[in-house]
Amino acid sequence: MIEVRDLEVGFGTGNDLIRAVRGVSFRVGEGESFALVGESGSGKSTVLRAISGLNPDWSGAIAVAGEPQGPRRSRAFHKHLQMVFQDPYGSLHPRHTVDRILAEPVAIHRLGEADRRIERALADVGLGQGFRYRYPHQLSGGQRQRVAIARALILEPRVLLLDEPTSALDVSVQAEILNLLRRLRAERGLTFLLVTHNLAVVNQMCERLAVMKGGEIVEEMTAGDLREGRTRHPYTAQLLRASRGYSRAAAAAVLDA
Amino acid sequence: MTAAANRPAGLRAWLREEAPSSRLQANLVQLYAGWRALRRNPLAMIGLAIILVLLAVAALAPWIAPFDPLHQDLANRLTPPGGAHPLGTDDLGRDILSRILHGARITLTIVVLVAVAVAPLGLAIGCLAGYFGGWVDSVLMRITDVFMAFPRLILALAFVAALGPGIENAVLAIAITNWPPYARIARAETLTIRRSDFIAAARLQGASSLGIIWGHVVPLTISSVIVRVTLDMAGIILIAAGLGFLGLGAQPPSPEWGAMIAGGRKYILDQWWVATMPGIAICVVSLGFNLLGDGLRDVLDPKQR
Repeated sequence: MIEVRDLEVGFGTGNDLIRAVRGVSFRVGEGESFALVGESGSGKSTVLRAISGLNPDWSGAIAVAGEPQGPRRSRAFHKHLQMVFQDPYGSLHPRHTVDRILAEPVAIHRLGEADRRIERALADVGLGQGFRYRYPHQLSGGQRQRVAIARALILEPRVLLLDEPTSALDVSVQAEILNLLRRLRAERGLTFLLVTHNLAVVNQMCERLAVMKGGEIVEEMTAGDLREGRTRHPYTAQLLRASRGYSRAAAAAVLDA
Repeated sequence: MTAAANRPAGLRAWLREEAPSSRLQANLVQLYAGWRALRRNPLAMIGLAIILVLLAVAALAPWIAPFDPLHQDLANRLTPPGGAHPLGTDDLGRDILSRILHGARITLTIVVLVAVAVAPLGLAIGCLAGYFGGWVDSVLMRITDVFMAFPRLILALAFVAALGPGIENAVLAIAITNWPPYARIARAETLTIRRSDFIAAARLQGASSLGIIWGHVVPLTISSVIVRVTLDMAGIILIAAGLGFLGLGAQPPSPEWGAMIAGGRKYILDQWWVATMPGIAICVVSLGFNLLGDGLRDVLDPKQR
């Protein structure tokens, strides 16, 4: 469904060039859920922005649903692939009602039947119709993220890019949102590409994952490998230890980069 | 009494609804919240009252003015305030009160025309420059810089001198010299929001650049521009009065306030009321716009919420 080959993304020019992503390649099959894992600055979100078309400055090859993609994307591409952002406080327009937020993609793609679609989208993400004419500042973080998910799904895409969809939320709300995403994926056969630094989330959500460090993929493994602790690269082992919580032993074993 | 008291309460509850049930109600709830915030500010309410009075006076001038503003009565020239002429008469025996009341129309016309011409132009240029960045930004902002490099009144003077005196040309000159600050404000606001996730989300939905600017950027930049327009109203009135004073704005016998002050200049020591009365009118109306602008800023500025 998503195929990325030798993806390179750099910021700046000349001596100031920062190679944020250095020759990343991976494949995500149809209906699969794939995770990109790594610390802050490892380039995982940059990969996502390149795939989504938000960052047009990249080289290499990106194909979605078998179609090679250039720097500009077609309207059909946007209907096909949507994204949920990390910060639900920044991803909803502060002056738009939930109704308007959800009506806009329907209008852009001329899908028609806006009323029915909006009602259904709200019901799908577990928000009542009472939320329809509220503004984002009247909603909690979890409710906002549900609206953001509804906005992504109202176009009925087949691929959903998730950029740390729960890391800005309370722990209790995180589980709700993850359950919601899992349910929606099962119902609709969605393909997920998830970016996170949280291995517990990967365990719950994904079949396969790639570990990124310094703009490169250091290891690709299955969620089963991760659960059993079968790591090949020392950085993955370190990430796994760190995810089990902070301890003196784990802290002492951290390899300073 | 209870029925009458109940109905507004019902309306008020409807306007304060946490979960509105229609687009219209959602908008009205927002408006009502803004109005309540504005009402808590007594100075803003004074400003609003002054402007409402100005509007009423401008609308009703022919009916409330005691005399024809152009009627000359040389037998009663330079009468002091009091009696039949509450604010006195000028050097041609015209009633100053009637002239001020009629002058409100001219002042309001100038202010509204300038605001209508300037705000959308500045907003459009600023939002385009800020959103697209790159060479679009450079070109538009250098043009803006050129206009900002000249003092406003001097540039307006030059334009009026070139176009010829008169109210229309004064409006045009003020408009041409007033838009750059709005472009600056709109651009600065646009720069702070163009990288935000909700813009990225709109792009991901396939929205066009102009659609994003109109639907997402403008609603967030417009409040700063509205506040700035209101605060600038006073300046616009003063520039219009200044052009009138210099004989380049409204032409005699038109009762424009600045021109009236210019007419009274010769008598300022002996017949002080001729120049003072229109001066007070300019002062009060400018104050009204400034107070309202300050209040609106508190209500509309998203950064202070």
